[in-house]
Amino acid sequence: MSDITAVPEIRRGEAAVRPLGPAPRDGGTARENGLGAHALVQLTLTRFREFLREPEALFWVFIFPILLAAGLGLAFRNRPAEVLKIATVTPELARSLRQDKLLDVQQLSVPAAEEALRTGKVALLAEPGLDGSVVYDFDNTNPEGRTAHMLADRAVQRAAGRVDPVKTSDRLMREPGSRYIDFLIPGLLGMNLMGSAIWGMGFAIVDARRRKLMKRLIATPMPRHYYLLSFLLSRLVMLVIEVGFLLSFGIFVFKVPMRGSPADLALLCVVTSLSFGALGLLIASRARTIEAASGLMNLVMMPMWIVSGVFFSAQRFPDMLQPVIKALPLTAAIDALRANMLQGAGLAQVSGQLMVLAAWLVVCFPVALKLFRWR
Amino acid sequence: MLASTPTAALRVRNLRKTFKDVVAVDGLELEVRAGECFGLLGPNGAGKTTTIEICEGLTEPDSGDVELLGMRWKSDAADLRQRLGIQLQETQLADKVTVLETIRLFSSFFRQGPPPAEVIALVQLEEKANARVGGLSGGQKQRLALACALVGDPDFLFLDEPTTGLDPQARRQLWELIERFKLQGRTILLTTHYMDEAEQLCDRVAIMDHGKVIALGTPRELITSIGVEHMVEFSAGGAGKAPEIAALRRMEGVRDVRAENGTIQMQVTALHRAVPALLDELERQGVPLTELRTHSATLEDVFVTLTGRHLRDE
Repeated sequence: MSDITAVPEIRRGEAAVRPLGPAPRDGGTARENGLGAHALVQLTLTRFREFLREPEALFWVFIFPILLAAGLGLAFRNRPAEVLKIATVTPELARSLRQDKLLDVQQLSVPAAEEALRTGKVALLAEPGLDGSVVYDFDNTNPEGRTAHMLADRAVQRAAGRVDPVKTSDRLMREPGSRYIDFLIPGLLGMNLMGSAIWGMGFAIVDARRRKLMKRLIATPMPRHYYLLSFLLSRLVMLVIEVGFLLSFGIFVFKVPMRGSPADLALLCVVTSLSFGALGLLIASRARTIEAASGLMNLVMMPMWIVSGVFFSAQRFPDMLQPVIKALPLTAAIDALRANMLQGAGLAQVSGQLMVLAAWLVVCFPVALKLFRWR
Repeated sequence: MLASTPTAALRVRNLRKTFKDVVAVDGLELEVRAGECFGLLGPNGAGKTTTIEICEGLTEPDSGDVELLGMRWKSDAADLRQRLGIQLQETQLADKVTVLETIRLFSSFFRQGPPPAEVIALVQLEEKANARVGGLSGGQKQRLALACALVGDPDFLFLDEPTTGLDPQARRQLWELIERFKLQGRTILLTTHYMDEAEQLCDRVAIMDHGKVIALGTPRELITSIGVEHMVEFSAGGAGKAPEIAALRRMEGVRDVRAENGTIQMQVTALHRAVPALLDELERQGVPLTELRTHSATLEDVFVTLTGRHLRDE
């Protein structure tokens, strides 16, 4: 390009003027080339530092999902079988009825017992009738009343000496995997992967653009794809921590089952994270202010929180909406995670969901790169 | 294309850039010699930043040619980036990262350059090496920005308003640092709207207005070019009676008189004759003098003479 090769012989002050032209430089100190000095490593380290030194971000990524899981797990835990409240008026009947552990027996005066039955405080009232018989007052259209009647009568008959002709025993089933918490943990995992990818990329990128830090970086020889790659790399490392945190909580505290292959689960998490990363990049590709970006992020994420089956099954929405709901990345992610964890499904069985996630990745990433505003 | 002379580190020809309907740079011509510190001086909106960002390869010009270190952005961008040190206006570096970490990051982009600790020492931030950027003062942040421009041991340094918004002490400290880099054989292009900064630091200055260079030379040459040695500023007469300007204009050695916000400015060629004459004239008019100041003509006065406006008028 240029015909300049000669080094000008101008001296100013103590030092010679630096040479012009595209010749390679050899005057300076060459940089040590350790891995730690690599631009991609430094950029990724910077991502981590910025994230780890932001207490709010740590809370939302690590603590919040655990609190949510704990809260919802407690609220919807499987309670022991319901105890039924009934009333009676004589101490003898009360003693007989108390033989059944599932009955909570109150001994009241006749008017008080009738009042309690009328107002629904008790499901049944047992009174002595004529000739040593027993009269049950209850509402037979109410399931509680019918159950109370069966239990009370059994207790009274046994107390009077009835012996069952056939000997029976009960085996109680409370299977992990069919409880609400089992349904919830994969949902929260999917939601967390979406949130941290979109928030993590979105805010960091828009903030760097707003501060003109991005413009400063592209004024250096930094390869631009390193900048975007550093987000991806730090995301993948964070992923291990995030997923590990939430899953161990589910496994150790709530005994949530892990029936699928852990390698498949890891792959699902990586693919999910990459698709949401691409979506986050797209959302952040133009926005110049945090406000604009967070509006966009909420616009994108809010519908998925509701329809993608985080807290309740996506099947509850009308059939005509199902194709749309199934095409959303969060629905695909959560369905695949649930299939892996709860049903032990292999990758072949979740190939449909993987295709949806891959499609989002393949569409969003190039568009984001095309639209990306570097300054 | 014209043959280049080896001594031009930066050559800008007929540069044009328009944003929507605003012409930011209007046929600009510029030549910065290797090893000199060159200042672009002008008010806000004169096109300084647009010009410097085109030279830095950050903004695409509408037309014109930029030759930098004998290279061009279209063909040699990667090589050029390795050899430039750039300080942008208003960059906020990441708050949560420390000074040393920031320098390590920027160093990692360059093939060569001094070790990070050395760069930090260069801008006198050793004590703050492990402090987070968010906790630095304005002057310290600006020195860190300068350090980020120096990590690649640049041959050409671009400084866009390096001291804007700093207090006088921090400005002076930054000037000393920049003076030192000049001794290392680097070429520097800086923009500023402080005339004292340009006078202090620059070997040559181009005064810009409305996207064009309206005057070019050493600070001394420019000041001499307006043919005025000194400026006399005074207030007289208080609220009651104002001095008669026309009479002042007729005095010996007075080139021009301007009244502005109750003070009167006279451009004079010979201070020792103009001041006694002024006192006599005010005596004759019966207007009492309330305030009198004189100073040697500055680049500010050059700008006022050329455009009728002040550099820092918004």
